[in-house]
Amino acid sequence: MIRLNNVVASYRTARGSINAVDGVTIEIPDGCILGVAGESGCGKSTLMKLIYGDVTSPMGLASGSIEYGFGDDKGRPITSDNIRDYWFNRISYIPQSSMNSLNPVVKVGKQFVDFPGSDPDKKRVLAQVRDYIGKLGLPVETLDAYPHQLSGGMRQRVMIAMATFFQPQLILADEPTTALDVVVQKDILLLLMELQEQMGNTILLVSHDMGVHYQVTTRMLIMYAAKAVEYGDSESVFAAPLHPYTKMLISSLPTIGDDSARDGIPGRPPSLWQDLSGCRFADRCPLATARCRAEEPALVEHKPGHWAACHYAGEMTARAEAA
Amino acid sequence: MSDLRDTTVSPADLAAAEPAATAPNQRHERASWLWLLNTRLVLGLIIIAIFLLGSFLLPFFAPHDPAQQATYMKNLKISPAHWLGTNGLGQDTLWYLIFSVRNSLILGIFVGLGISAISTAIGLSAGFIGGAYERIVMLIVDSFITIPLLPILIILGALIRGNNNFFTIGVIIVIFGWAWNARTIRSMVLSLREREFINMARFSGAGTLAILVREVFPYVSAYLVVGFINTILFAINTEATLAVIGLSKVDVPTLGSIIFWALNYNALFTGNVTWLVAPIIATILLFLGLFLTSTGFNAAFANKRGVA
Amino acid sequence: MAVILKTEGLNKVYRLGSLTRSREIRALNDINLHIESDRPVIVSVVGESGSGKTTLAKTLLRLVEPSSGRATIYDQVVAGAGATARGRAFLAAVQPIFQNPFEAFSRYRPVDAYLHETAIRVAGLDKAQANDAVAAALAAVGLDHADVRNKYSNQFSGGELQRVSIARALIPEPNLIIADEPVSMIDASRRMIIINLFRKLKEEAGRSFLYITHDLATAYYISDFVAVMSKGTLVEFGPAKDVMSNPQHSYTRLLLDSIPTTRTRWRPRGAKAA
Repeated sequence: MIRLNNVVASYRTARGSINAVDGVTIEIPDGCILGVAGESGCGKSTLMKLIYGDVTSPMGLASGSIEYGFGDDKGRPITSDNIRDYWFNRISYIPQSSMNSLNPVVKVGKQFVDFPGSDPDKKRVLAQVRDYIGKLGLPVETLDAYPHQLSGGMRQRVMIAMATFFQPQLILADEPTTALDVVVQKDILLLLMELQEQMGNTILLVSHDMGVHYQVTTRMLIMYAAKAVEYGDSESVFAAPLHPYTKMLISSLPTIGDDSARDGIPGRPPSLWQDLSGCRFADRCPLATARCRAEEPALVEHKPGHWAACHYAGEMTARAEAA
Repeated sequence: MSDLRDTTVSPADLAAAEPAATAPNQRHERASWLWLLNTRLVLGLIIIAIFLLGSFLLPFFAPHDPAQQATYMKNLKISPAHWLGTNGLGQDTLWYLIFSVRNSLILGIFVGLGISAISTAIGLSAGFIGGAYERIVMLIVDSFITIPLLPILIILGALIRGNNNFFTIGVIIVIFGWAWNARTIRSMVLSLREREFINMARFSGAGTLAILVREVFPYVSAYLVVGFINTILFAINTEATLAVIGLSKVDVPTLGSIIFWALNYNALFTGNVTWLVAPIIATILLFLGLFLTSTGFNAAFANKRGVA
Repeated sequence: MAVILKTEGLNKVYRLGSLTRSREIRALNDINLHIESDRPVIVSVVGESGSGKTTLAKTLLRLVEPSSGRATIYDQVVAGAGATARGRAFLAAVQPIFQNPFEAFSRYRPVDAYLHETAIRVAGLDKAQANDAVAAALAAVGLDHADVRNKYSNQFSGGELQRVSIARALIPEPNLIIADEPVSMIDASRRMIIINLFRKLKEEAGRSFLYITHDLATAYYISDFVAVMSKGTLVEFGPAKDVMSNPQHSYTRLLLDSIPTTRTRWRPRGAKAA
């Protein structure tokens, strides 16, 4: 169980401080695939960085804490202070652009065995790696190739192999398939799901594609303007979203075979530089009332296992069904 | 039908522009030139301003033509009458220095403008028009680049020794100095040519000249400013080098010719250190000013683009 | 019936390498399209990266010369041998919308400068008429001229800039607007604003669109016709509904299969966590 306790991440700039993640409190059960969705600027990437422990100035964990629920070899608990020591071991990260993450002048195999603190017997590690990547559908020659000689899909598989080789408890994937063709994307996503089933770890997946979330995730977290606005089982969130933003987000995406009218969400999220009071979605929300603008809704469990931060949770879905 | 009208662009909206796809930050609320200023640039500009104003305004107050020899007693020490003393030719060192700075600057600016104009025109056109035109032009440019300037000038100087016009030197420096900048500008244009807004301008009906002036030029203007200042430096330096060897028109006071005369009249041996040291320090300071201005502009432009 | 778009044996071969050793890349491989209609249409060209769809767009926009073959838009030969459309006549007939709205405008010019330029140079209007035309075009895409005047590209969001781009393309009332991945750089929740705009412009302003994309879902949503490309070859073409519901080519089927939809799951849900 990973616990985020009122996590606030701020960026310090010449203009002042801005909270890119403004108080997120959720519990992530073990063994789930959690999808994090929201438009650009909502804070999902910052949240990923926080959880991963990639916190460097000007970003900082202003307040709150993260409990990871897993310990090191001696059973001591790991917290946000020492999570960096366990990169690739207990927690790993699959980036969006594999081309930017692999050293272009070093062969892939060498990059694998060059992890600090890994087994000093490089040959043995290499043999294990060779076995492992075979399972991921990569030919053995991959290890002898340079990154630019591989296709995008193969490179991303290499990244996944690196991220999962030490069987970490938590894997963070930030838009892992956005740069890939749709056919390759499906293969990669299926691979990730398979690995998760085998290893039983937790995956946090950030994507702007709600279709990907629907296919892959078991739980969903929707973020808006640095706040968590909905959190629950994917089934529940997709079938009956509680927050109007989630509903509008899902309806803004066309699906093949579905002729119903689709609309983009007009307007833009509020600037985080302003003084924000009340619900941050109020300006764009069709259900907004005076109460929404004055009183910020808390993330409340409206249905078992399904949280939403809205005074009128569930109403938009109810209205749509009645219509 | 959904309301297509986005919320009108208000100041709040401006501040909330999506970070993922926003162009580098520009604040149009500030005065248009304030972003330029940084310590380095201000310092450099102050130094250049002092040299420019001093060397262009002070000559109006000169009591005599400083180049005229035997105006005063030779090798006088520093005194209230002669702030830097006099030199071995009986000239007031300070006044000679002021005129020298002026002439060097005139030469530098003349050459700077000449080289900038030619290299910009050639670089822009070659990079943008491409094809056979570009190939022929670049062949010429590359030939000029490989010709070493100094040996040519030395040979020419030796051939026409003493009989050359001061501005002939300038023209020769322009002829052999434009090629390098032309090549740089052409490479900048090559990459600009592929950018989407050039196509947009084409489809808006703009012709080649309009595109070069309105679309391409603003993007190379930053380089041009820096290049211009560097060229001034280069020109003054080259002329000084020639003068020191005695191949320029040394009766015209320039920074290089002072050093030439000082060396030829054994300034160090006669104890008139000021004669030799003053122009050297002046040259160093002037170059420092030019360098600071050039890198100051560079830093300012880089900041504006958002590159640290 | 007007011939909206016709390509005959359109080929584009790129040769990489030196004089002695070179490699050929067939970006376009014998593309034959024939689209006729008496009403404006939206044609989508879908494919993955490397399929040739962008090369096709560039060829039709005359940014790239085809190696062989011909292309005709509304009875004007635009590419290949015998291209009759030249200069202003071409610009008035075919207009583009580019993928990256921030790259489409120079940082140093106000965005409405491009609109005015188009109105005066391409549409041939005088200054007063141009002003009206610009205002009308901006209104058609849901923007107020006063909000756009004298503003620079960095003062807009991606979606707004793309709409300005569309407005500019509308001004000369072109026969065909070629949009190359117009929404891929816009936030997913705001894409439909632009996509719906295309449909509205087709129906109300009578503009035909060629919509290049890798996103089959949006392609299906607004298109009358869909062309599927793979590795430089046109593998399938037909009315959108037919191609989507009854794909003939195996690649099209593979493509449709791979799209993550929110309707049917690829795999049944495994045991859920506590």
